[in-house]
Amino acid sequence: MSPPLLDIQDLQVDFHTPEGIARAVDGVSLAVLKGETVGLVGESGCGKSVTSLAILGLIPSPPGKISAGRTLFEDRNLLAIGPQALRRLRGKEISMIFQEPMTSLNPVLPIGRQVAEPLMVHRNLPRSAAMEQAADYLERVKIPSARKRLNDYPHQLSGGMRQRVMIAMAMICGPKLLIADEPTTALDVTIQAQILSLMMALKEESRMSMLLITHDLGVVAQTADRVLVMYAGEVVEAAPVTDLFDHPFHPYTQGLLRSMPRLGGHDRGRRLKEIPGTVPPSTETLVGCKFADRCPDAFDRCRKEKPEPAGIDRDHWARCWLFEFPKKRGVHG
Amino acid sequence: MGDRTLLQVTGLVKSFPLGGGFLKKPSGWVRAVDGVSFTVARGESFGLVGESGCGKTTLGRLILRLMEPTSGRVTFDGKDIFAMPRTELLQLRRRMQIIFQDPYSSLDPRMKVEAIVTEPLRATSNRTRSQRRRVAAEILEKVGLRAGDLDKYPHEFSGGQRQRIGVARALCVRPDLIVADEPVSALDVSIQAQVINLLGDLQEEMELAYVFISHDLSVVEHVCDRIAVMYLGSIMELAPTVEFIRQPRHPYTEALLKAVPFPDPHRRSEPVLLEGDVPSPVDPPTGCPFHPRCAYCFDRCRREKPSSEEIEPDHWTACWLNSGRGLEGEQT
Ligand SMILES: Nc1ncnc2c1ncn2[C@@H]1O[C@H](COP(=O)(O)OP(=O)(O)OP(=O)(O)O)[C@@H](O)[C@H]1O
Ligand SMILES: Nc1ncnc2c1ncn2[C@@H]1O[C@H](COP(=O)(O)OP(=O)(O)OP(=O)(O)O)[C@@H](O)[C@H]1O
Ligand SMILES: [Mg+2]
Ligand SMILES: [Mg+2]
Repeated sequence: MSPPLLDIQDLQVDFHTPEGIARAVDGVSLAVLKGETVGLVGESGCGKSVTSLAILGLIPSPPGKISAGRTLFEDRNLLAIGPQALRRLRGKEISMIFQEPMTSLNPVLPIGRQVAEPLMVHRNLPRSAAMEQAADYLERVKIPSARKRLNDYPHQLSGGMRQRVMIAMAMICGPKLLIADEPTTALDVTIQAQILSLMMALKEESRMSMLLITHDLGVVAQTADRVLVMYAGEVVEAAPVTDLFDHPFHPYTQGLLRSMPRLGGHDRGRRLKEIPGTVPPSTETLVGCKFADRCPDAFDRCRKEKPEPAGIDRDHWARCWLFEFPKKRGVHG
Repeated sequence: MGDRTLLQVTGLVKSFPLGGGFLKKPSGWVRAVDGVSFTVARGESFGLVGESGCGKTTLGRLILRLMEPTSGRVTFDGKDIFAMPRTELLQLRRRMQIIFQDPYSSLDPRMKVEAIVTEPLRATSNRTRSQRRRVAAEILEKVGLRAGDLDKYPHEFSGGQRQRIGVARALCVRPDLIVADEPVSALDVSIQAQVINLLGDLQEEMELAYVFISHDLSVVEHVCDRIAVMYLGSIMELAPTVEFIRQPRHPYTEALLKAVPFPDPHRRSEPVLLEGDVPSPVDPPTGCPFHPRCAYCFDRCRREKPSSEEIEPDHWTACWLNSGRGLEGEQT
């Protein structure tokens, strides 16, 4: 098997806050293979965005700091190559799309210019040639009458259109890896369906890899090859997408899947399964498993010692003591 | 339904002026709610779904007379709420409450939980402070918080807990109707489940009716007895939940249901993609508001707006396809 395109090992990111040091990302390891779509899921504040920002050296510092880890992209350690080399990589070999396109689109620059920009910067194309390609690409992402709209400003477009412009900007240099952080969360479902289908089609065409961050398990089920579940700064389970949905191992993954109402399901009017309690604040240092307080299956070991990742299957692993003590499952719940 | 009817909305319209100002003529109008009619029975959960900007929030606020309509009627327990004087409206507010989407911005950060929760009580009854505090403590327990939380400030709570405070505030006057405007949209799934369960339990206990506004179809399916879908200010389809989900009769409902990403990797569907964006309510299309995106659109749809018709008992749609008149129209 060829080595992964992106290989993150034991990444750790801290923020200095008035309440103390918050460990937002606590030893995350994550690999993305060539052509693969990896879904990164988990609840608000679990560290998905911080993980992705760390890849491209975009953590605001201060207050943030990458305190440990290695991020290999092909054979380069992104944490060591320095800001200039990272800038050359960004938009060319690795691109990002964010939830709110307005934060990454320039409000005072026409969209044609913005989409052409990466070509001018990374490929040294003259302006006219870059604009021509930008127009082509805007047509490919299905901006209606794209050529007439090159001089439109972002605020003249709908949310879905802006996200298409973002995609065009991110993809125009043919990156090897696209990091998409909640790319459809702010959109209506019919527009979300359009954008996801566009992203998947472009990805197929170019054999690009994708790291897709979302809290929507439906989106993951429809798009990802492999899924990582994060909880309080850690990856607690990783598996091929069908394994994760068919045989979730970690009680947190199980809880997430059960707590979700399903369209056309037969659970109407019945109580949903809850995960009691809330996520511990990231300023708290916990011994043991971070989910123990909310876990229906927790036993003494869970509160004393942190579980290491353990393989359940080929490609499927979880951080949970139930792996060694399977009889403890369900005895309390 | 007869005297089970709690809320009746008839031909409700709300237009907002565009670009106008003091002594300035508006340059146009947004018809945010464009002729909406439906009823809600006592103890019923009525779901209102639709994409961003279709008028859900505006409709919800009109129902409580938090704004004045352009035309149309809302009766609550048989009384016309737009015809009644302010004092009577204030009394009625005890029986209808609202829960907002955002548990962060909807609670005043400088007020203690006690003041927040008892606010509707202060406005509508003349109980003493200690009586109000007792009521608030009771309600807090009911929503899964503690009486001790009365003296805390909103920032001391998580998102799910803040939404519980919002629910407690709505409940403390023991209303008959709660308009819940995206009450779980800002919450994570595990917390969302807690709040949905809470709303369900309270409904059973207190015979509450909900107008439950959400853009999340799976949540609405789970919670509601009947569902209405809005598009550009109009209701396109209204049906009992099971029928709405299993046998949608409006092309828009069908497309909306198919666009929901299903949480099962074995069922990867090529969704039937609805092309284009929702048109602007400032310059709505002629005829059926959905026709520019509709796969089944024919001549009449472009010319004439279909009215809502009952095609099966309790199942309403506004679509020429479902109306005998559609085909007749084509023949002439
Ligand atoms: N600039 C910052 N300063 C301080 N803390 C931060 C900063 N950025 C992120 N954090 C903290 O890091 C943790 C992880 O945040 P992150 O944005 O990665 O969460 P997320 O999983 O992307 O959540 P969401 O689903 O809400 O986007 C949170 O506890 C957050 O408060
Ligand atoms: N005070 C106002 N002045 C002018 N236009 C308004 C006002 N309030 C709402 N609108 C417009 O009315 C339409 C309906 O808005 P509304 O907030 O009711 O939609 P919604 O269905 O609740 O959307 P969302 O799902 O985004 O909350 C929108 O086009 C909106 O821009
Ligand atoms: Mg994030
Ligand atoms: Mg709204």
